[in-house]
Amino acid sequence: MLRRLNMNPVASLVRRQLSTPPAPVSPFPYHPGSLLSVLDLSVPEVSELLIRATELENEDAILRDHTLAKRRIALLFYESSTRTRTSFELACKALGADTTLVSSLSSSIEKGESLKDTGLTLRALGAEAIILRHNSSGAAWLLEEATRLPVVNAGDGMHEHPTQALLDLRTLLAHLRPGVGEVGPETLAGITVSIVGDILHSRVARSNMLLLPRLGARVVLCGPRELLPEQAARSGPGLEIERDFDAALRQSQGVMMLRIQAERLAGLQLDLDEYKASYQLTGQRLAAYAPAAVVLHPGPIIRGMEITAGVADGPQSAILEQVTNGLAIRMAVMERALLKSEEGGRA
Amino acid sequence: MTLAICGGRLVDPAAGVDATKDLLLKDGRVAEIAGPGKLKELNGAEVLDATGLIVTPGLIDLHVHLREPGQAYKETIATGTAAAAAGGFTSVAAMPNTNPVNDSAEITRWMQAPERGAHVRVFPIAAATRGSKGETINDLAALKGAGAVAVTDDGKPILKDSVMREALAGAARVGLTVIQHAEDTRMTQGASMNLGPVSFKLGLRGMPAEAETGIVERDIRLVTELREAHPHLHVAHLSTAGALAAVRQARRNGLRVTCEVTPHHFLLTEEHVGLYNTHAKMNPPLRATADRDAMIEGILDGVVDAIATDHAPHAMHEKEIEFELAPNGITGLETALGLSLRWLHKEWRMPLGRVLSLLSAQPAALLGLKGRGTLAVGSFADVVVFDANAEWTYRATESKSKAKNTPFDGWAMLGKVRWAISEGRVAYAAA
Repeated sequence: MLRRLNMNPVASLVRRQLSTPPAPVSPFPYHPGSLLSVLDLSVPEVSELLIRATELENEDAILRDHTLAKRRIALLFYESSTRTRTSFELACKALGADTTLVSSLSSSIEKGESLKDTGLTLRALGAEAIILRHNSSGAAWLLEEATRLPVVNAGDGMHEHPTQALLDLRTLLAHLRPGVGEVGPETLAGITVSIVGDILHSRVARSNMLLLPRLGARVVLCGPRELLPEQAARSGPGLEIERDFDAALRQSQGVMMLRIQAERLAGLQLDLDEYKASYQLTGQRLAAYAPAAVVLHPGPIIRGMEITAGVADGPQSAILEQVTNGLAIRMAVMERALLKSEEGGRA
Repeated sequence: MTLAICGGRLVDPAAGVDATKDLLLKDGRVAEIAGPGKLKELNGAEVLDATGLIVTPGLIDLHVHLREPGQAYKETIATGTAAAAAGGFTSVAAMPNTNPVNDSAEITRWMQAPERGAHVRVFPIAAATRGSKGETINDLAALKGAGAVAVTDDGKPILKDSVMREALAGAARVGLTVIQHAEDTRMTQGASMNLGPVSFKLGLRGMPAEAETGIVERDIRLVTELREAHPHLHVAHLSTAGALAAVRQARRNGLRVTCEVTPHHFLLTEEHVGLYNTHAKMNPPLRATADRDAMIEGILDGVVDAIATDHAPHAMHEKEIEFELAPNGITGLETALGLSLRWLHKEWRMPLGRVLSLLSAQPAALLGLKGRGTLAVGSFADVVVFDANAEWTYRATESKSKAKNTPFDGWAMLGKVRWAISEGRVAYAAA
């Protein structure tokens, strides 16, 4: 048999400096109008979207109606949704586009039609862009690859929800940097935003974690180990973990509460009374540790679980402003999806 | 039929030969080896000119999925072995996770029947337990009698200590190896890639490295307890640094514990999942960089006993779906040699003979395939002839396999197969 060489594995690898195959580059061309991840947007593009959101919001409704007049947009929803679906639909209609909704129940998806075939069918019917909500992470990439249409990710599994992060940013800016127009890498310097609760299962958390630090904010992740693994802090720069909610609140100018995603717990046993004691945002906590912070929640909120009714309805809550901001942001995102048409490569 | 391979460089690590030699193959066996132009019984033989080429024992893949019986839409024994021959393999060991599961002498014989149209030798590996359910041990003597070369519940682990102990002891009694797919499935529910920062970022549930390491450690403990019976445990597609360390220690302790590593686990990491590339989804998953580096080191320093492909063909439509829903596995038979030479030999300077040994002599020894993995006179005429200097690009669309699910499409390969000869017949000849 072979002679056994006694080498320390790690040391010898370093000593020999073995080269290994490079990590892959993006495997397929993408449509520049797509928005699959917040990482698809440069900071100047984020700024442009925020400015366009305000312009479109303020524009005369009749004039605005010509922006995407008679363009066809499909909403493809594999998961139930109130806010996201309605605001995308209203945003498209506000720009004059025709929309059609396909949901997994009451469509051929129930009969076993694949995501690829569903996308190709919508394209054949004239859809020029697809807004996708899906319960599997990465589904938006698959749909984009199959259809080569601009795809807007309206939430994919536990992965990302980029328009939510943009509307959260708009809400935070309105409170913490009122009147700001153009934004850049330093706009949120000195600001700490805590994201609290079920981070493991949250696409809202992932999109915000990747977006807010690029505008200068410090993001503190807060939650129990079961819902916030240590590796979360390694997702990008500007991220820290603080397990103690009160300590996180004390540092924060913005607090983003998350719902426990019972539908994704997959057998995870959680003591809800203990969770509430440690991580519920109560009026008392807010008054004691963050009396000036703006409180966000992507919804749906479960009153009495992650947040009390008093806080949700209280003066620091911006939850309904978020919903309204969603409409403006989604108008800007859909305008970008359809008017930015030349092919390009992903950064 | 008589075949002569003349003018090539014979590399036969098991026989300690590396020299220019002519070979005469007769009646399915190696009949004569002589210096160039010195074969005595050349009369009437068809001559293959191997000048400038490497002549070496046909490669042996001890881990393939040929999908028959039951899933011929993915692959058949005929198409899978055609891909094997094109990749230089003249023997493949076929896993039992077919439909129905190969847990009987009848299916084991069926897989080897001439009607299957195999291009190279197929050695069935039978299920260790009834239906691979991990409960009741099969009739191991009968399986061996029908031609099974090892037993495993591959695709699933044998989780219960008592059943694994019984499998090891029973297999040792009849002289069979137990191959374990080491995965504590209680820790991998709903997971579709390695657990770590990448899985968190992609929002995918992850399989912890401990799920593999824990089972390997448990199995080694059982082998230790049973050491009087001399059981042979073989760890399939080993992928974690922890499991490799456990195997290394077991060998130091004199236990009969062996392992295989796939090309994808010594080349790729979890980063290669990229943006949900289902051709980078397999089980065990692509691991962290530290694990991949440990696989390279384990191969270079000799703890790893064999390179196996875990060739796992799937139909196109099965991989063109959501990452979490896509089936595990990639093809590998046509890329193993080209990648091993390109990386292990050229890039990492492993001597050619040692690379080839991992692909032939060592898997033959491991499975007890007598007369294979060497070209000594009298052994089976299983030969691969390849151009060690040919650089080429792998194109999945040109694959002989029914399936095209590979992450290595478009990758640079080194070493191109000219002929693959199975028991004296040309099973593959390059166009």
